[in-house]
Amino acid sequence: MFDFTLLINAVYVISATLFILGLKLLSHPSTARKGNLVSSIAMFVAIIVTLLDKNIVSFEWIVISIITGSVVGGFAAKRIEMTSMPELVSLFNGIGGLASVAVGWSTVLGNSDLSIFVLFVTFLALLIGGVTFSGSVVAWAKLSEKIAGRPLVFKGQAFANVLLLVLVCLSAYLFITEPTLLTWHYLVIGLALVLGVMVVLPIGGADMPVVISLLNSYSGLAACAAGFALENNLLIVAGALVGASGIILTNIMCKAMNRSLVNVLTSGFQAVVKNEM
Amino acid sequence: MIAIYLLFILMLSVFVGFELIRKVPATLHTPLMSGANAISGITLIGALSMAGGESGQWATWLGAAAAFFATVNVVGGYMVTDRMLAMFKKR
Repeated sequence: MFDFTLLINAVYVISATLFILGLKLLSHPSTARKGNLVSSIAMFVAIIVTLLDKNIVSFEWIVISIITGSVVGGFAAKRIEMTSMPELVSLFNGIGGLASVAVGWSTVLGNSDLSIFVLFVTFLALLIGGVTFSGSVVAWAKLSEKIAGRPLVFKGQAFANVLLLVLVCLSAYLFITEPTLLTWHYLVIGLALVLGVMVVLPIGGADMPVVISLLNSYSGLAACAAGFALENNLLIVAGALVGASGIILTNIMCKAMNRSLVNVLTSGFQAVVKNEM
Repeated sequence: MIAIYLLFILMLSVFVGFELIRKVPATLHTPLMSGANAISGITLIGALSMAGGESGQWATWLGAAAAFFATVNVVGGYMVTDRMLAMFKKR
């Protein structure tokens, strides 16, 4: 069969350009809607051309998941109340993180001879994706008042978080040295999920939009890590764009509220932060 | 070597991302966040090759699940962003 690799990558270049252009247009009020359209075209083109990949041999699962995904996503976006849009964005973001976890996991399950570098970036995709997912779900629950919206802090939280970070590092070591053992996969994903909950729990009230923006940045980084694992340029470019612009946006939002980014980020590692707002 | 080449791409994209969002009016914060979120659904193109590949049953199923999640993120993300921005214009 004819090899489409060159064509795919050429179209990826166009797609990456359109993503950059779309983001640029999106940051000016008069052109914002056009920017969103440009970026959705970039996504569409990228998806279509990816289907020519020679590694794709069967299409039934692809068709099923794309159709059901479009229906669910479209339905949720159309039916949502205007007032609960931030919650929905948070939820979509979490689902995006979950997708990165699934891609990362699928990579380690599908290949038994991965290099240490690929294993490391796969670990990052699992970790960041997992944190994004559980963190976004907690943020969604807080915003929709399923759980208390105020910062939840408890005694020994800083200690628990440091312990958690040590465990995450340990799990990285175990995962990279013995990637075929499923136990370590569960351990990495489980710890990532707990970490996401712990990161978002101590943040609340007026800080919530900042957290969602930060988690959005994380979901970009997770996509970026998955891009390294799959050696896919466009995933890296788009993921890095979202990751970097997300961090900057988070920073801008923090400044607007007279808070420093570090202050919001480390809420779980210090005594209760009094929110003056 | 390929790792270095990929890191190179990463570094450049990070700088572009930083520069793009330097000055953005406060009203656009939420739509921009939502729009960027839809872009992060780009994981979909990674998911496609896993869902359609033949590297084992579990890898395929996880790939299909990833494709489903990413599609929800992409389609929902773009549509919500468009709704937000449409609301803006009327005011």
